[in-house]
Amino acid sequence: MNFKLKQSPFASGFYKKSGRPRRQNHRHPRCPAEAENSHQFILRVIKIILDYKDDNRYISSNQAGSTPERSDEMSNVRVLVGTRKGAFILTSDSQRKDWQVSGPHFAGWEIYHIKGSPVNPERIYASQSSGWFGQVIQVSDDGGRSWNPAGNSFLYEGETGTHQFFDGTQVPWEFKRVWHLEPSLTDAETVFAGVEDAALFRSTDGGRSWQELPGLRQAKGALWQPGAGGMCLHTILLDRHNPDRMYVAISAAGAFRTTDGGLTWQPINRGLLSPFELPDPTAEVGHCVHNLAMHPSRPEVLFMQKHWDVMRSDDAGDSWHEVSGNLPSDFGFPVSVHAHEPETIYVVPIKSDSEHYPPEGKLRVYRSRNGGGDWQALTDGLPQSDCYVNVLRDAMAVDTLDSCGIYFGTTGGQVYVSADSGDHWQAIVHDLPSVLSVEVQTLP
Amino acid sequence: MIRILLPVHLRSLAGTGREVQVAVEGTPSIRSTLDALESQYPMLRGTLRDQVSKERRPFIRFFACGQDLSHEPPDAPLPLPVVKGEEPLRVVGAMAGG
Repeated sequence: MNFKLKQSPFASGFYKKSGRPRRQNHRHPRCPAEAENSHQFILRVIKIILDYKDDNRYISSNQAGSTPERSDEMSNVRVLVGTRKGAFILTSDSQRKDWQVSGPHFAGWEIYHIKGSPVNPERIYASQSSGWFGQVIQVSDDGGRSWNPAGNSFLYEGETGTHQFFDGTQVPWEFKRVWHLEPSLTDAETVFAGVEDAALFRSTDGGRSWQELPGLRQAKGALWQPGAGGMCLHTILLDRHNPDRMYVAISAAGAFRTTDGGLTWQPINRGLLSPFELPDPTAEVGHCVHNLAMHPSRPEVLFMQKHWDVMRSDDAGDSWHEVSGNLPSDFGFPVSVHAHEPETIYVVPIKSDSEHYPPEGKLRVYRSRNGGGDWQALTDGLPQSDCYVNVLRDAMAVDTLDSCGIYFGTTGGQVYVSADSGDHWQAIVHDLPSVLSVEVQTLP
Repeated sequence: MIRILLPVHLRSLAGTGREVQVAVEGTPSIRSTLDALESQYPMLRGTLRDQVSKERRPFIRFFACGQDLSHEPPDAPLPLPVVKGEEPLRVVGAMAGG
């Protein structure tokens, strides 16, 4: 969906990394004992264990709105699916075998993203748009059974300014649609919106009004330019340890970080290499980042699916290194992290930027249990011949049940679930409209 | 009262039937009629015309009395049958997409 005009010479015919030795460049933390005495080391280990337990308790309660003692057997999951022709809500119990399907909601409209509040799971925000009628934001307070239109006025702050267009000329910023809605971790009335043309907006009144965080476009915005899917802000990561820190990603500008609550932003693209997309392969901005992911317990560790390359940062984005390893293709869109294993990550390799389907017609999710580098194909239950669908950047999610569920949707209208961390898959639905986004809520 | 026929997606968004009626003060025009429509149905703001410039969205058309009024000046008076309520103002989503 999002490729630059300068296409890779690898775009057709063969995959970028075929035949290349796998790179073992992912980092492992230095053993703490090297730098600390035994007393300090023991205290540090105890703190890490306590922090980790706290983080995982938070994930469950945060996502599900339940107590830490929640029993998975009593839990349900609610999968929120945005498609080209409406939204669908898929529900099941913790077994995740039998599903109920509700929809289409907003039939005929494009639903770029639909996501529930971690604070109040019944509060759900949806981005509804249309080439004819523009942008609408919908809000539900009953888990998606009923909806009310909210505010849809997204006005850039101050002087609008210009950004690069495909042909290198400067064009004014122009609002087109909301790609991603990220509800606050602490307040159900606060939600962030990533929009095209790329900017970040925030609402603190449940979506009725929106204000831009204009400092982001000061981060060399004049040099940003659209990918083929548009110049969209598609990823927003919130750090629950530090509310002033956020990460966003933009195609095709790169990744950005704020540490002052969104007032100022800096590009965090050092280590990204885009030799086929940019005149300067190591440019500070301009990289076509497709998706970012992090585990809530480790907000310093980020994973990235770039146009080409799967990347990792261990220093909050200050530097990146490639962890594509033995993937059959390192082009793709989504990247996700397991709910309980911060080093377990998932990607869906796609053949190339001009052939948006799985290599060899085999739909394979790849899982790394060591934070990238070493990848295992997950195929059980997924079509392994004649499959030519794509999986878009916001169309993969994980639940927080003890046996972590992985979900993804395809441009062919299938939504797949694995209730065992990716070992086995089943299709929840086969024939929805093309899937744009998938989110999941774990409910008490 | 000005009678307005809405396309199906805007009917569902506004929660209305096929036809809505709005009261317009003074000499009704496209601009004043849409102002009244958006005032009565705030969820339609931004769906027919740009929120700031008030320019018609590219794939929206306004038909009445067998005429395409889309390119008329926004303050041009509406045809008399529309003003009298004998004919509706039709808001049309342009056929597009092949």
